[in-house]
Amino acid sequence: MTSRNAKKALANVGIVIVSHSPDVARGAADMVRQMVGNDVPLAWCGGAPGGGLGTNVEAILAAIDQAWSEAGVAILVDLGGAETNSEMAVEMLPHERRARVVICDAPVVEGAVMAGTEASAGSTLDQVRRTAEELRAR
Amino acid sequence: MPIDQQLQRVLIGEVARCMVTHAEELTALDQAIGDGDHGLNMKRGFEAVLAELDKTAALPMNEALKAVGMTLVMKVGGASGPLYGTLLMTLGKTFPELPTRVAIAQAFSAAVDAVKARGKSDVQMKTMLDVLVPVLATLSAGGANLYARLRASAESAAAATVPMQAVRGRASFLGARSVGHMDPGARSSWLMIQTVVDVLERGGSAMKQDENRAASR
Repeated sequence: MTSRNAKKALANVGIVIVSHSPDVARGAADMVRQMVGNDVPLAWCGGAPGGGLGTNVEAILAAIDQAWSEAGVAILVDLGGAETNSEMAVEMLPHERRARVVICDAPVVEGAVMAGTEASAGSTLDQVRRTAEELRAR
Repeated sequence: MPIDQQLQRVLIGEVARCMVTHAEELTALDQAIGDGDHGLNMKRGFEAVLAELDKTAALPMNEALKAVGMTLVMKVGGASGPLYGTLLMTLGKTFPELPTRVAIAQAFSAAVDAVKARGKSDVQMKTMLDVLVPVLATLSAGGANLYARLRASAESAAAATVPMQAVRGRASFLGARSVGHMDPGARSSWLMIQTVVDVLERGGSAMKQDENRAASR
């Protein structure tokens, strides 16, 4: 990553992918990376504490930290537990970060790709979320 | 009722062991209508609670509740972690210095409200709240044979989730097909309340015997 790209990435909204399966999370992240290169801070996590399918609050906190951007972070989740654990993680963030993290109500793979593309254009956190949520199941 | 360190250790330990023992049953219930991980998740969380029992048993009750809740949040790996974690952490935050029935009922009420907010849920949605809310009502009302009525209220409330249709969580994808199975979260809440009531009843009567013995000396 060149220093110009690094600066651009820091300015763009970050994306976090949370799935019950590390394979799904990693695969979705690969797809985002292929679309947007290194322009967007991106992190993923999947699997329960100690292994197996599930989600892990500690790992979600670490992923938010890894994908942190001053513009904020959009989280994409799969099934219920991923959402509840992500909400818990957001609440455990330092106060000044909490308001700059959103959990998108969108399918995890398509949502991550759409959010990543929107984020790479320098859009705001709210725009990134709305673009992902256009995919919401109705 | 006073809760000394010995009783506190038995309380936390018995609840945790009960969840570990019933892991397969909870998972079987969850396979019927959910994503099939409730027992496994509760087992993982409460094994972590058991591993820290020496530490939590020595804390003041309110701090112990917060610590057990945080362990569940960090270790369970599913939605039940933040849900039971929030229940216990809020109970810890609001737990009275003088644990009378009325004061405990108030703290439990705050904890149940926090679970509603965490799960964006309420009664009649086929969740743990369908057990916690009726049990809270029984506890708040008080009266004679309270331990027996708390047990009965948890049991009948869990049974009442069988004909309900799920509207929250993975079970909601099943729509009408979720009818006819007990909600796994309702079952784990019933087990938890039953265990707490059993321990307090035994602990309370043991303490009464001690007092009687002391009085007769």
